Amino acid sequence: MRVNKLNLTFSSLPENVTIARTLVSTLGAQLDLPINELEELKVAVSEAVSNSIIHGYSNNPNNFVTIEIESSSEKIQIQVVDHGCGIEDVKQAMQASFSTDPDRMGLGFIFMQSFMDELHVESTLNSGTKVIMTKYLNHSHPSSH
Amino acid sequence: MASKIYFTTWKERAKMRKKIERQTLHLFLQGELDMNNANDLKISIDTDIEKRGVRTIVFHMDDLKFIDSSGLGVILGRYKKLAPLGGKIQIRNVPAHLYKIMELSGLPKIIEFLPENKSQQKDPHLKGEKK
Repeated sequence: MRVNKLNLTFSSLPENVTIARTLVSTLGAQLDLPINELEELKVAVSEAVSNSIIHGYSNNPNNFVTIEIESSSEKIQIQVVDHGCGIEDVKQAMQASFSTDPDRMGLGFIFMQSFMDELHVESTLNSGTKVIMTKYLNHSHPSSH
Repeated sequence: MASKIYFTTWKERAKMRKKIERQTLHLFLQGELDMNNANDLKISIDTDIEKRGVRTIVFHMDDLKFIDSSGLGVILGRYKKLAPLGGKIQIRNVPAHLYKIMELSGLPKIIEFLPENKSQQKDPHLKGEKK
């Protein structure tokens, strides 16, 4: 099976959220994802990268976020990795309306969970967070929808 | 008389047109609303609430291409800010591809969502407005 791998490391700047999202969207379009699913993929990536910048790095732009994408005719897997502050309680962070910032909705993980078929979060305090998200393309796989 | 302010220098791709009529702020969102520009939008709206007495905000989403939780957070935050002041928020013309994220966000449970044709009859502030 033909596998495509992309790896992009970028500064923790807000404008790079757009770049990461566009990259994934372009790849998804090449894989013939329907427009609604492309939209969902974009939201999931946007949330993961925003989380890394806002929470992982407290908006400090002098850090790096890496996005690793692996795609095939069966699935698209996206890893978003930062070396920021980490999440103390992943389970709690993944619940609706949990946010450390009052003006945010705490919906980031909910969107990732709803829009992707699988979501794994690995995090170590003061060391970083890795979010692994998978979307299956053949639709025969059990989905969280 | 309605005042019209056109923003063209808004950060990155998002542009926004706004119009204030009495205490109603109409925001015509365009492009992508995410952490790039969410804070600019928030500051702009809060200034209009505090300095110009805006109590109703109508978000026109016809030309919005993308929104994530950063953008939705601004809307929720303005709802929370306006509620104690007796104000309200309306969202109009959500494009089909944004339905699902709106639904998941829970905003339709607390904020009025309207398609354009119905909204004109319901909102007295819009009397005489030229489309």
